[in-house]
Amino acid sequence: MVARFTVPLADPYLLPMAALLTAIGVTEIYRLGPGNAFRQGLWIVIGVVAFGATLFWLHRDYRVLERYKYVFGVTAIVLLFLPLAPGIGEEINGSRLWIHFGSLQFQPGELGKIALIVFLAAYLREKREVLAQGRLKDWGPLLVIWGGAMLVLFATDDLGSALLYYGIFVAMLYIATARIAFVAVAIGLFLVGSFAVSQGTPHVRDRVTNWLSPWTTHKIFCPASGQMDLRQNCQSYQEVQSLYSIGHGGFGGTGLGHGIFTGRSGVQVIPDLNTDFIYSALAQELGLIGVAALLLLYMAFVLRGFRIALTATDGFSKLLAAGLSFGFAFQTFVIVGGITRVIPLTGITLPFVSYGGSSVVANFLLVAGLLLISNRANRQEAGA
Amino acid sequence: MNKQLRHISVIALVLLAVLIGATTYWQTWAQAGLADRKDNQTQLIARLTVDRGKILASDGTVLATNRSHRKKGLTLFTRHYPQNDLAPQVIGYSTSAGNTTGLEATLDDYLTGANTDLSNTLQQELDRLGGRTVRGNNVILTLRPAVQRLALDQLAGRCGAVVALDAKTGAVYAMASSPTYNANLVEQLHGYAKVLKIQGACGDASALQNNATQGLYTPGSTFKLITASAALDTGKFTPSSPFTDPGYCIEYGNKVFNSSAPDSPSSHETFGNVTLSEGLEHSINSVFCNVGKALGAQTILEYAKRYGFYSQPPIDLPPDTIKPSGLYKDNKLWFPKDFSKVDPGRLAFGQERMVATPLQMALVAATIANGGVQPKPYLVQKIVAPDGSTVVKTTPQTLGRVIKPQTAAELNQMMQLVVQGGTGTLAQIPNVAVAGKTGTAEVGNSNYYNAWFVSFAPADHPRYVVAVVVAKQLNGFGGSISAPIAKAVLEKLLASRR
Repeated sequence: MVARFTVPLADPYLLPMAALLTAIGVTEIYRLGPGNAFRQGLWIVIGVVAFGATLFWLHRDYRVLERYKYVFGVTAIVLLFLPLAPGIGEEINGSRLWIHFGSLQFQPGELGKIALIVFLAAYLREKREVLAQGRLKDWGPLLVIWGGAMLVLFATDDLGSALLYYGIFVAMLYIATARIAFVAVAIGLFLVGSFAVSQGTPHVRDRVTNWLSPWTTHKIFCPASGQMDLRQNCQSYQEVQSLYSIGHGGFGGTGLGHGIFTGRSGVQVIPDLNTDFIYSALAQELGLIGVAALLLLYMAFVLRGFRIALTATDGFSKLLAAGLSFGFAFQTFVIVGGITRVIPLTGITLPFVSYGGSSVVANFLLVAGLLLISNRANRQEAGA
Repeated sequence: MNKQLRHISVIALVLLAVLIGATTYWQTWAQAGLADRKDNQTQLIARLTVDRGKILASDGTVLATNRSHRKKGLTLFTRHYPQNDLAPQVIGYSTSAGNTTGLEATLDDYLTGANTDLSNTLQQELDRLGGRTVRGNNVILTLRPAVQRLALDQLAGRCGAVVALDAKTGAVYAMASSPTYNANLVEQLHGYAKVLKIQGACGDASALQNNATQGLYTPGSTFKLITASAALDTGKFTPSSPFTDPGYCIEYGNKVFNSSAPDSPSSHETFGNVTLSEGLEHSINSVFCNVGKALGAQTILEYAKRYGFYSQPPIDLPPDTIKPSGLYKDNKLWFPKDFSKVDPGRLAFGQERMVATPLQMALVAATIANGGVQPKPYLVQKIVAPDGSTVVKTTPQTLGRVIKPQTAAELNQMMQLVVQGGTGTLAQIPNVAVAGKTGTAEVGNSNYYNAWFVSFAPADHPRYVVAVVVAKQLNGFGGSISAPIAKAVLEKLLASRR
């Protein structure tokens, strides 16, 4: 309703697609644990309110955001480093990316992602010509981002978020400057940096090892139990069981509610099934047909997002829409690619589907942003 | 800027398309490999959601069935074996931890309904989508529970095996292995440890081992059937070929004596002038020692090969539970490159590193009974889908001709004489001609013998083949220990009038 009045000319497909993804997510979360589905519902309400508020606040001209780009830049950095703050930060699964206030858990990195995209869009719009010339002093803030990503990686052990932020950064840099060389240098720097970091942090190194050889035939030391065990029973247990879950789905899936997620002892086979691993739950119950359709839905969403970027008339809008769309696609790739062993597994949410408040709110803000840009582009087209 | 936008959008779409590709890989191409992995917790439960097919005996007696439990919205099935210890080494077991043995292992695809033909796959997919329980196929075996039970009772806890075959078709009517165990124990707490502790009368046998196909026993005089086959089939000897028996045979300059005489263990049996036929009838080692020397080890081993030695008998059991018979050296099957390494005289009467499984010796008897053509043994008569339609029906097959029809006929006559007036008189059945051959093989320790009897009846129109081995019997002879067992089993089979 808010959308109808505030952004009447916006892309009509995005919101229904987001709603469909959310619905699929809630359904699977309900199937895995009804209590969590209720909490997720609350977060969706909060997300929709935030969505409406954003549209209402920015429906005249969202480009005011451009003026506050450094505010967003700083916000992004603060949000990224918040989990490191003593007292409220919390380590889960070897990575520090959660904060908690009382019983409320929150992953600030999700919102940091949006802030980072806004900052990059504004900054790159302003500096794209000079950057393309390659003057060193203009590279300062961008090197800061690279350093920031590396620091995040090092400090929080969170390869997934670092990869996501950096991927968004590289994509937007390329769109702004059209220089392949920059992309090559940036990717090279990331690889070198993450290799160096992985030498220092066992968590990141383990992820790569688990990715390359999740199954062992001989027993190795298992730090979790302190005993010798096969890697698939220890370090890579989650990855491997997730693949088994996907494999069991086969072509048609087991059907919703008929999937097997609890082992013989009655304990859930895969930890974090409703967050990071919701894709393997969906793949088992919906089968290849179901998840292929799901991924096509993501593709359609991304395609609409890039269409908005193409129709937008000013640089800031283009960069913002492209950043949001690419971020959305890349996040999906990082988590599902990790689960399907295309890349090392890194814990990150599947947009709109995974259980998690911060993710839901951030993704609704992302849709709000795309709708605002699309509304403005279409208004100008209609007016011209 | 639009050009770069298009590039990036293509990259984004390619990344997502890669995910569809990767998921397709795991759900189709790699699926079977994932499902087979032992640590697959999902598959472990998935196995239990399938209403595994029943295993039935030929008369419909239920040998393996399921018990269902409800757990967290899923119906799970666990295996139950109503006949307990009847034939666990053949039927095997299927545990909820996903371990399978015996026919439960080899027929797993049929029992879980995973055998792939198009209509079956479609039906299963529909069952799955509809949330119905997937039902496996029922398997009907050739085993006759009454015969199997009798064989087990006759073995009475001693280490050994009884194999009963249909002489024409190769259908296995009994495959009893002793010591045996209750298959239901395996799933129970500490039950498997109990099974492992079962030793049988001989002290070192494993109840889990199928002695009929895995037990390698020195065949002793039953191997004379193969030597005699070679002697007659090559045309070098006839049943009436003359021999003089001084009570021993000279090999490499040493005397190899006959068995000790039943009435005075210190002296050795001496028969004087005899024929080859009489040599078999009374199981005279010196006669066969001389036949062996005349034929050479190579010819004897080649005939053994034709009978199926040196290869696993083809039967529907897991390959790792079927041992090939033949010469063994350092616990490995050994076919000599240099035949002078094998003593042909001792080989001819079934010593000299020669070992054979009861199934193999049953096949030797079946070949003779069947006019020289070996029937292919089989345990699975029929596999029936849940809707009652037949999935597989075994048609009897042969494994080819081993010896000439005339050789088989002559051996048949000679084996009848064994039962009529030779070493196997305890296998006589009133009004039925029985053909048989005893075997009493030395097994290391003095005075301990493997007691063998291989037989078929009726000898004029052979219908049933029975091979019996009882291992490590103190002063026990094939004719005294195993011939009565074979007789009892044959009588039970003959009484069943088809």
